[in-house]
Amino acid sequence: MVEKIDHPVKKVAIIVAKGSIEDVYAGLIMANGAVMEGIEVKLFFTFFGLDAITKKRQNKLKTATVGNPAMRMPGGLPFPTLLGMLPGVEAGVSAMMKQQMLALDVPPVDEFLDMIVAGGGEIYACKLAFDMFKLKREDLSDHVIDVITVGRFYELAAGEGSQIIFT
Amino acid sequence: MDVTEEGYLTNSAQWTKEIALEIAREEGITLTDKHFQVLEYLRDQNSKGTTLTIRGVGKSGITDIKGLYELFPGGPLKKSSRIAGIPKPTSCV
Repeated sequence: MVEKIDHPVKKVAIIVAKGSIEDVYAGLIMANGAVMEGIEVKLFFTFFGLDAITKKRQNKLKTATVGNPAMRMPGGLPFPTLLGMLPGVEAGVSAMMKQQMLALDVPPVDEFLDMIVAGGGEIYACKLAFDMFKLKREDLSDHVIDVITVGRFYELAAGEGSQIIFT
Repeated sequence: MDVTEEGYLTNSAQWTKEIALEIAREEGITLTDKHFQVLEYLRDQNSKGTTLTIRGVGKSGITDIKGLYELFPGGPLKKSSRIAGIPKPTSCV
């Protein structure tokens, strides 16, 4: 089916504010999908989302095995929260998720950022959260163009056919 | 020539280099040898039933992902698939 598009999305400004695997990848997949469609992309990382652009942390993201009611065992049975508390379980589940994504050609975070930047996507860090977490510019991955204020983010997001997405 | 509503060939066996040049012209792309290497790769992978992704093309040894965007601006996988005479890509990456 072909939909008639009168007002196509020309630009997306995507905000990633959380640092779990699924929160970060939701933003990265939306961003990469947009550049693949020829849509201009600005990615803005804030609060715990900054982990995704922090060199030491970006490939060590985890998914929560405690307090995550959607978590299931392989096969679909409920995942007991008590099990999620055991040492190594969170790391094991996280490794498994990454492995399954890689099987679908969804790469590690640093490589995913490479792909988005290769397509012309732009990566920014939030100044407030950057200051709050006492980060230094060299802590951030080389993909990051600049550390910017909220005001600057809105300027970058402006334009006809532009959408702001908060993941 | 049988095509879908979006202009993808329904029978990739009908594809020829002349058809590729014609579709590419519609997309505003002038095909070079490099383009054809990518198209042959996509056709080959498609015939094997592989789900195509830009990451896959980037690891093909033909071009990196940045190069792929330069070859097919604004639609690295969609435009290249259409020109290669294969179905519209079904992958999100």
